[in-house]
Amino acid sequence: MGLAVVTAGKVPVAYVLRRLAQAVLVLWAAFTVSFVILYLLPGDAVLTKLGSAEGGITADPAELAAIRAEYGMDEPVPVQYADRLLAALTGDFGTSVSTGETATHMVVSALPSTLAIAVPALLLAIVIGGGVALLGTYPRQRWLGQLLLSLPPLGISLPPFWVGLLLIQLFSFELGLLPAMGGEGFQSVILPSVTLALPVGAIVAQVLAKSLATQQAQPYVDVVAAKGASRSRVHIGHVLRNAAVPALTLAGVVTGNLLAGSVVTETVFSRDGIGRVTADAVTAQDIPVVQAVIVLAAAVFVLINLIVDLLYPVLDPRIAHTPDAGPARERAHV
Amino acid sequence: MSRALITLFLAVPLLASACSQSAGGGTRQEGPPRPGGTLTIGIATPPDCVDPQQVGLNAGLNVGRQLVDSLTDQDPETGEIAPWLAERWEVADDAKSFTFQLREGATFSDGSPVDAAAVKASFDGIKELGPSALVASGYLAEYTGTTVVDQYTARVEFAEPSAQFLQATSTMSLGLLAPAAYDATPQQRCRGEGLIGSGPFVFESFSQNQEIVIGKRHGYTWGSSLWEREGEAYLDRVIYRIVPEPGVRTGSLASGQLDAITDVQPVDEARFEGGEFSSSVRSNPGIVFNLHANTARGVLADENVRKAVQKAVNRKEVSDTVLSPNYAPASSILAASTPLHTDLSAELAHDPDGASALLDEAGWVEGPDGIRVRNGERLSASVIFSSAFNQSQSVLELVQQQLRAVGFELRVEPHPTPEVTDRQQRGDYEFLWYNVTRADPDILRNTFSTEAGDRSKLEPGNPLDVALDKQAASTEAAVRGPGAAEAQRLIVEHAYAIPVFELSQVIALGPTAHDVAFEASSRLRLFDAWVSPS
Repeated sequence: MGLAVVTAGKVPVAYVLRRLAQAVLVLWAAFTVSFVILYLLPGDAVLTKLGSAEGGITADPAELAAIRAEYGMDEPVPVQYADRLLAALTGDFGTSVSTGETATHMVVSALPSTLAIAVPALLLAIVIGGGVALLGTYPRQRWLGQLLLSLPPLGISLPPFWVGLLLIQLFSFELGLLPAMGGEGFQSVILPSVTLALPVGAIVAQVLAKSLATQQAQPYVDVVAAKGASRSRVHIGHVLRNAAVPALTLAGVVTGNLLAGSVVTETVFSRDGIGRVTADAVTAQDIPVVQAVIVLAAAVFVLINLIVDLLYPVLDPRIAHTPDAGPARERAHV
Repeated sequence: MSRALITLFLAVPLLASACSQSAGGGTRQEGPPRPGGTLTIGIATPPDCVDPQQVGLNAGLNVGRQLVDSLTDQDPETGEIAPWLAERWEVADDAKSFTFQLREGATFSDGSPVDAAAVKASFDGIKELGPSALVASGYLAEYTGTTVVDQYTARVEFAEPSAQFLQATSTMSLGLLAPAAYDATPQQRCRGEGLIGSGPFVFESFSQNQEIVIGKRHGYTWGSSLWEREGEAYLDRVIYRIVPEPGVRTGSLASGQLDAITDVQPVDEARFEGGEFSSSVRSNPGIVFNLHANTARGVLADENVRKAVQKAVNRKEVSDTVLSPNYAPASSILAASTPLHTDLSAELAHDPDGASALLDEAGWVEGPDGIRVRNGERLSASVIFSSAFNQSQSVLELVQQQLRAVGFELRVEPHPTPEVTDRQQRGDYEFLWYNVTRADPDILRNTFSTEAGDRSKLEPGNPLDVALDKQAASTEAAVRGPGAAEAQRLIVEHAYAIPVFELSQVIALGPTAHDVAFEASSRLRLFDAWVSPS
């Protein structure tokens, strides 16, 4: 039970290797689960493509079988799975049945458009969410704090769909300031970014505020205040610094939220992007595309969590990666 | 932040009021038509493909129709087949062979001539596509080949009588592509690469989920004989913007960010009638939205039960409340805009008393929850559908209420498209809810014949099969007419399917857009469309 003391920034190699192994496991699980689920659903991508023809005229079973064979869907399931898995290792997720393009190309080409709204949304969320949390926990105006801290639950419960439509109505249709749709130019990024930032900002504010409140109750706050530090210096210099570390664990959740939010946001704002590609692929049961998206999302998730874990000791020298400690442990204040 | 949120909430009623008024109070710009300019039209769904030979959905067909010409054209008013690329044609008495005499001088956009060899290349190419060109290859089901008689004469032959083929040659599905187009893969043509037609517009670009751009074909002089003028299209360019959210489409039109929109929702129609806006509406020919009964399943095996359902549906109420006057109550299994449509509105009248009488007679008595029962069996059936049409769910919920009034339980079950298709293929359904667009009565054979779709699961060789084969055996209306009429009558009489309403295409035009028209299958025809300077 002795507390490990390590020098800041030094990370054991064994730890990194173990984390990488975990990451590979997560990616494999994401790939496998998505394959199984899509496989078990009734119907398949070939039926979607051929059955949705106006007229609901459907090809005869022999013809359908021929097309399935073309996509290798006639093999036994374990063989299909193994083939897909091996190909996926080389970055090849197969060809989309609905568009005829490679799944990898579809996902990669949709990425910039999503990043164009996700990155500004993330920055907005951090600035606004952080601002609300800081002001809300600032010891001076209690009433204002109460009001501000009631915003995150509200923000998280507003449907992004509705918020997006309201923003379009106001800024595009009524005031004519910004375009309602499409993906050209900086102007088209503003409204979707705000829409996407709202729920993410709410999460940031909620967690950071809780963390700040916890830190404020710590004895060291009284100590630095007694030493004559100003109110704002205590709040920003000490409390925020200590509160920011637990808030970092959110990075993965936030990223997941951004990806999920892009489905609704891109639909409302008529943008192309990962969200739209995902929604279309799921609807059409287009296994290659869905798997490419899921593996990409899982990879981003794993990567961000890994970065966060590696950053901890850098930010807080008291946190160490010991061979047997998964989560970061805090040293008791003396 | 808090102020902003409060404002947001206050904006909700404003939003509602803003939706009910038209933007601005201007008037429509008037003609004469002028060449030039760009028409930006908002469409609801992204086409998965723009090659008219391969697609089956409206989104793709509305683009593809502008890029290709067809051998013939169909008069939207009369259903008559008229010359287009073919000046004249002869049909063999057995409807197995069709000889087309092509006009001279028409060229594809790569400069190659539209000749008999091109006809052969196109039809062979479609046959080659097989099931991935479902609609087009269905039109060529019994196709055995095309003979190039001379440079401008092509003879198309079939193994079986194929009267529907003549009308099929007027559709974009059998529109001609240049022989060079088949050097590209089907997937490339879907994306527009190598999609070389002879139509009044040429393909320019396609960005997934964003927009499709087509441009004027310069030097175009071989328009259909039905068009009122010769020469090129007016518009320099057409941009199809993909805008999935209906509220954003209507708002963008009202605020001038779009010139025209398709798929106007019934609730938004009033907004674009009169003033500076105008609407174009056309009912889709073909099979109307209907509850197609599987006669081999559950309570629907009993003809009296099906007839009772037929009588209990109040079609007028469906059109008046859930939809709009633009969506006509069904007057047959075929829409009124279909050639050889037979008016059976009397048989489809709302008659709840008649329905109850039929059910009483068959021994169905009211159970504890208002739904009838007989020998422990509930009078209940499910309907499966996928939401290709936004209002399907609301329509079916209303029909559910109407049927409940006579003690019949309709279980409304929406499913994803693949699942519905899968179950339809396996015959695993009680009612199937769908419509089919085609300006020819032969579409009934596709879904009702035991040798084709067989959706009613009837005995082979039943009277309906006979009637359907009869209408397929000749292009003469005098022969086809009685066959088609008989088929419609049998379907309604035996309630193999319960017709409900006619789908319509509703388009709204802003102050600068004009003459966006429909062809006979209710797809867009942009040859005459023009924009006034804004």
